[in-house]
Amino acid sequence: MAFLNALPGAVAQGIIWGIMAIGVYLTFRILDVADLTVDGSFGTGGAVLVVLVTGGMNIYLAMACSFLAGCLAGLATGIFHTKFGIPAILAGILTQLGLYSVNLRIQSDMANLPFSYLKYKYPITLRNVNESLIICAVFAIAIIAVLYWFFGTELGHSLRVTGCNQSMARANGINTDTNKIIGIVLSNGIVALSGGMLAQYQGFSDVSMGRGAIVIGLAAVIIGEVVFGKIFNNFALKLLAAVLGGVIYYIVITLVLNLGMKANDLKLFSALVVALFLGIPYWKAKISQKRKKKPAKDKKEAAENA
Amino acid sequence: MLEIKGVYKTFNPGSVNEKKALNGIDLTLNDGDFVTIIGGNGAGKSTMLNMIAGVYPVDEGTITIDGIDVTRLPEHKRAKYLGRVFQDPMMGTAADMWLEENLAIANRRGRFRGLGWALSGKERKEYKEMLAKLDLGLENRLTTKVGLLSGGQRQAVTLLMAVMNKPKVLLLDEHTAALDPKTAANVLALSDKFIEEGNLTALMVTHNMRDAIAHGNRLIMMNEGRIILDVRGEDKKKLTVEELLNEFAKLSGTEFANDRALLAN
Repeated sequence: MAFLNALPGAVAQGIIWGIMAIGVYLTFRILDVADLTVDGSFGTGGAVLVVLVTGGMNIYLAMACSFLAGCLAGLATGIFHTKFGIPAILAGILTQLGLYSVNLRIQSDMANLPFSYLKYKYPITLRNVNESLIICAVFAIAIIAVLYWFFGTELGHSLRVTGCNQSMARANGINTDTNKIIGIVLSNGIVALSGGMLAQYQGFSDVSMGRGAIVIGLAAVIIGEVVFGKIFNNFALKLLAAVLGGVIYYIVITLVLNLGMKANDLKLFSALVVALFLGIPYWKAKISQKRKKKPAKDKKEAAENA
Repeated sequence: MLEIKGVYKTFNPGSVNEKKALNGIDLTLNDGDFVTIIGGNGAGKSTMLNMIAGVYPVDEGTITIDGIDVTRLPEHKRAKYLGRVFQDPMMGTAADMWLEENLAIANRRGRFRGLGWALSGKERKEYKEMLAKLDLGLENRLTTKVGLLSGGQRQAVTLLMAVMNKPKVLLLDEHTAALDPKTAANVLALSDKFIEEGNLTALMVTHNMRDAIAHGNRLIMMNEGRIILDVRGEDKKKLTVEELLNEFAKLSGTEFANDRALLAN
């Protein structure tokens, strides 16, 4: 019963993290880069939103600013990666580390910054879960629609090629460095936007709220692929699968918490779940390889015996 | 059309792995020249093509395409002038993208990519006609992922992508080496056809001496980063594989060493 009561909240949080997963999808799946900036930029989005709203800014304008702040974080990683020649993973870790200080600065050295729903009346809140859920869903769909359009443009296509085959991209006049930067910028913008949404939902921003975000984002992307991969072929549906992956992830988390798992063990649980799901396609490929090899060997033996 | 002057390139200079790949290359291609390039292992054939394409910067010398000095231009900016087909059939196409999407990418080579649609209905029709000319039945598979095509089909598609915008220079880097003999012959015939129809200027590296003699209007032989032989016109038509091998031994003072070339002949 407690689980059913918690379900709408789990779905709302799942959608927020699912939007974050869309950002991860852009780098991890389209650019073929594992970008760890998100652990920092998620918190940046929350910090910017809370500081701006408590400073009197309109909530939607503040969300736009969260997006832009995330873009800047992505820009830093993109430049580290392409202009400094730092491997993408390390570039992301550097930015993420630096962002911890930046996030503290934004929050005027407060690790945790509450902002009262009663005072600021923001649209997404756990005090009104059902309405928040709908608003989050609308955001998710709007973001998917914009990205669907963008990746159908010439620039969007060239981003896909950059992730798919860099030699071919350059041979066809595509600046792969610029495209990687654009992709990482866009990804972190979306991640920071979702950070701003989570700050609203929980009613505060915490400088370390993004810790482990990449793992949750990956979990959502991979769960979405495993569950919907066979039926969702269209690009928009693949993004939707990432969001739904986030929802499933949060439903599972809520379930295991209800079954008595300690909240402190959650991160370990998440890490193991992601490792497991990342392993599945690898093992599958290995098994099918073994199966392919075997008959050939049998044939050879048969030929020798004959 | 293409002018290479005094180009030098050393990889890993000052280390134990130092490799002088190009040792003063001078080469001028006239409009419509179709040059085949042969040479032993590590002669610098592929390096020369990569220098023209801007994959790595040159140490010394200049490269001019159609009067434009491209020596300092990055690879993606030179792409405007060049069509390229690689040895590896996987390298010239994007496996996870549809056939029509790959063609659309190639169709925009050298153009600014903005927020216009990546592919129009009108283009789709054109691509269908172009693919029909390949005679591989690909015209009905516009929305097939290129990764699902065979190596030969992918190489034919890469070739089409390289020539569809009429490049100033077409660079073919052992583009049939990874294919089975029959497919290789088809792709080679297609290359001939495209080069002739478009009156293209082309450079083709090959390990097959027969092919090098049978195709193009000019043949150059490379050894240790230099061009040691340059035959054209009637003289080239009369060449035989034996003569080439003898010539190589005479000019370089060593046997012709290219595992694949020896196997192929």
